[in-house]
Order: sequence, then C-alpha cells, then structure tokens
Amino acid sequence: MAGTEEREAAFYAIIDADGRIEPRDDMPEAYRRTLVRQIAQHAHSEIIGMQPEGNWISRAPSLRRKAILLAKVQDEAGHGLYLYAAAETLGVSRDQLLELLHARKQKYSSIFNYPTLTWADVGAIGWLVDGAAITNQVPLTRCSYGPYARAMVRICKEESFHQRQGFEALLTLTRGTPAQKAMAQDALDRWWYPSLAMFGPPDTGEQASGGHTEQSMRWGIKRFTNDELRQRFVDMTVPQSQVLGLTIPDPDLRWNEERGHYDFTPPDYDELFRVIKGDGPCNAQRLAHRVAAHEDGAWVREAAAAYAAKKQEVAA
Amino acid sequence: MRDRYALALGDDALILAQRLGEWVARAPELEEDVALANIALDLLGQARSLLTYAGELEGAGRDEDALAYWRDDRDFRNVLLVELPGGDFAVTMARQLVFAAYQYELYDRLRASTDDTLAAVAGKAVKEVHYHRDHATQWVLRLGDGTDESHRRMAAGLETVWPYVDELFEPFDGADVDPAALREPWQAYVGAVLAEAGLEPPATGQHRTGGRRGLHTEHLGYLLAEMQHLHRSHPGATW
Ligand SMILES: [Fe+2]
Ligand SMILES: [Fe+2]
Repeated sequence: MAGTEEREAAFYAIIDADGRIEPRDDMPEAYRRTLVRQIAQHAHSEIIGMQPEGNWISRAPSLRRKAILLAKVQDEAGHGLYLYAAAETLGVSRDQLLELLHARKQKYSSIFNYPTLTWADVGAIGWLVDGAAITNQVPLTRCSYGPYARAMVRICKEESFHQRQGFEALLTLTRGTPAQKAMAQDALDRWWYPSLAMFGPPDTGEQASGGHTEQSMRWGIKRFTNDELRQRFVDMTVPQSQVLGLTIPDPDLRWNEERGHYDFTPPDYDELFRVIKGDGPCNAQRLAHRVAAHEDGAWVREAAAAYAAKKQEVAA
Repeated sequence: MRDRYALALGDDALILAQRLGEWVARAPELEEDVALANIALDLLGQARSLLTYAGELEGAGRDEDALAYWRDDRDFRNVLLVELPGGDFAVTMARQLVFAAYQYELYDRLRASTDDTLAAVAGKAVKEVHYHRDHATQWVLRLGDGTDESHRRMAAGLETVWPYVDELFEPFDGADVDPAALREPWQAYVGAVLAEAGLEPPATGQHRTGGRRGLHTEHLGYLLAEMQHLHRSHPGATW
C-alpha cells in the first residue's frame, strides 16, 4: 500500500497529464466531495428542470410541439439518471442524494425557480437555458473525472438538440402573429438575466465566489471561469437574437471592437443569491412538488423492492 | 366509415397520451418518468398518424391539429377508459394493462388490413404496444405480489377500471377488425397476468359505455379545456 504522499503524487500526475481519474483510482477526499456536490447539483437540476417545462405538456399548442416537448422532458429525466449513476461511482446512492435535495441540503440550478408563464417560455428555456447549460457543460466533457466526463458527452449532444428546438420554436413565434411575437419578446425579457445568472457569481469583485473556481481548475473539474463562460454565452446568443428579431433587454449591450466581445449588463447577483437561498418565485413550489412525488411513490418503490426480494428468495 | 374508425382509434391514443403525460415529473421513480413519457410519446405518434389519416379520408381539409384542438367533447370518439383521471399509480397501471393488452390484439390484426395506411400504422404500433403491455404487466405483478398495501391498491385500481372494459369490445360499424374477436385473446392474456399477480378479475356488474358515440364522462371536458385552450386562443396561428 502506497503512502498518502505517493498516492497524491500519482493523482496529480494523472491530472497534470490531462488524463482521466477513474472510480478505482486514489483521489483526495476533497476532490471526491467536490465532485459529488457538483454532480449531485447537476443531477438535481435535470430533474427539477422537468417541472417548469412539464408544466406545458398538457397545453402544447400543436401535437407536433407536444411530442417535441414530451421527448425533451424525457431526455432531462434520462440526464438525471446518467448523472446519479455517475455520482454512484463516487460512493453515494441516488436515494441519499435525493434525501439531501429534499432536505434542502443540496441545491439545483436557480434558473428553475422561475415560472413558465406562457408557451414562449418553453422556447426560451430551450434556447437560453439549454444554451447556457451547453456553454457550461461542453468543457465538462474534458473533466478530469472519467464517469462525469463521459456522461457529459452524451448529455451535451442532447442539450444542443434542445437548444436548436427551442430556437426554432421561438422563430416560429416571431414569424407568426403579433400576439405570438409579443409572447416571444416577453419570454426573452423575463429569461435573459436569470440565464446570465446561470454561470454563477462573478470571478472578481465583492460578490465573487470564494476560491472554488481556482481549486476546481487545479483539479481539472473546471476549465474556464464563470465570467469567461458568461461572455461566451452572450457572444453566441446575441447574433441568434438578431435572427429571431427579438430585442435583448439590455440597453448597454454592444459589440466592443477592442475586446472582440459584446459588452453587457451583468445579472443582478443579489437576486441570484436570494434565489439560491430559497427566496425565488418558485423555490417552495418546486421542492414541494418533488417531495410530494417522492412520498406519493414510496409505496410503489416499496412494493417493487418487496417483489424483487421475493423473486430472489425463490431463485435462491 | 373508415374515417370514423381511424378517428376513434386516434382519439383513444391521443386521450391516453394526454393522461400519461400528467405523470411526467411526478412518477414514483425517475425510471418511470422516462417510461411513462416514452409510452405517451408512442401513443401520441399513433394518434397523429391516425388523425391525419382520418382527416384525409374525410376530405374536409382537417389536419391532425384541427381534429385534436377544434372538436368539442361530444365529437370525440374515444372509449371512456382512456379519459378517466389517472388516479394513483395502481389505477394507471390497471388501465395500462387493460388498454395495452386490447391495443396489442387490435393492432396485431389490423396489420393485415386491406387498407394500406391502417396496416402500416398498426405494423409500427404493434411493436410499441408490445412494450407497453409488458411494462404494465411487470408493474401489475410487482404491485399485486409486492406489499399488502400495493396489493390492496392494485385490486382497487382494477375495480376502478373494470366497468369500462366491455366498451372496448363493443361492435363498431365499419371497423377493420371486429372488436368482439379481440375479447378472447385479451381475456387469456390479462387473466394469466392477474392470476400470477394473485389478483382476481373484479366481479363488477357495471358496464359504462358511450364514448364511441360521443357520450363521455365529465372528465373529458376538463381534459380538453386544458389541452385545447392555447391553440384556440390564437385561431389560425402556426406553432
Ligand atoms: Fe438536460
Ligand atoms: Fe435539455
């Protein structure tokens, strides 16, 4: 058995060579804990995110859109499954993680604490929220932890499909009736800043997140800073908004020739912190819905377990 | 004649898809969110093909959306079984078993229809429904032979849906497949599942009917109000 120092050296040798850490490899406890927290938060976001979009399955305005939306929400459930499975390779079960979510001890993306008020919100989520998710997640396909990186490869493919579908749904609205176009603009007005906030607090200044980024970058979990990713998202999204013929609700948004990037107004980070702490429009509703589904299903899961145990007994 | 048949089968699939969609994000476990969404998607796909075809046969220029969104409940032709509220997971699985077993026998025979379109729809759907039937079977076994509570709930679920079984097999004018001919194979399949699950077919004396003639339960009006309101709020819009 190698000593602690040797094991740590072996771990960093893999990291420095841009290799992949696999479940059986030695890893520092803090690395493992950081990954569990991040993967769990990501998994929880997938399943809580089913609610705001699922909200429109019954009312989708055409059968084709209903099918697209059903398939999308089903994909998100599948993403949750892959991610909980990735977390399991680090020694935590899905049940444990769900318990932490239900007890408010783990978080999910604050974006899902905003309500989907109109059909256009479904398009806006696909375009902006899946778009922001891709920006965040494509670098994670090269994450140092193998199972997480591999889950992200598959997930990113589907997220980019969702992003295109969301864009196309909005394009149909902006080319439609005046009421449809107004619905699309209203959705962009409400979802723009919460989408920018998806990249987390800024890297510098009073509201900067304390130190997580640097450590995660050293470990090859994070490849870019929050602000770099936010900028990348803005640069990608502005030209798309022009194709849609929609106006981003930011009077200071303009191309900066010198920087080669768009200048933009940052989101209200105080609002982000409030929503993260539980004080958003839908925090209570989303969690109550999740807990109710879990509790209502308890007898079903118990029955499945009892049945499986009986079958095993018979086989033994 | 045949347009009414395609319409009835399409309405069955559409309304059940709508009901199953209600489970998404509230299923007992994540695997079931995926499975029920998947089944809903299959049914929705069947509904779209069948309604499109019904519209073509009718020749009045109605497409799938015109038929789904612009008819009132008295013009829907689905059986009552599919419009019942989802209830708990046991009610949903009772309905799934009853309906998927029926749809399986139906599509299996409809594949041989002289109508090429219906035969093609059935040929694709029969594979999907085979999975739906298997999914429901596994759950009825687990719930019937799981815990005392699940057994009690599964039995209650069967009680809820049983009065709506006979309607599936009623004669239908212009049907490519005689519904009455499906009863025996349906009975054989469902009977065997219930026996293995330790459940009895409910001895109900009740027979609810009327869906094929547009005489529905009170539940359908609410389902349609929710499904149709956005589409109807923007007449002529493209989505
Ligand atoms: Fe996702
Ligand atoms: Fe997505």
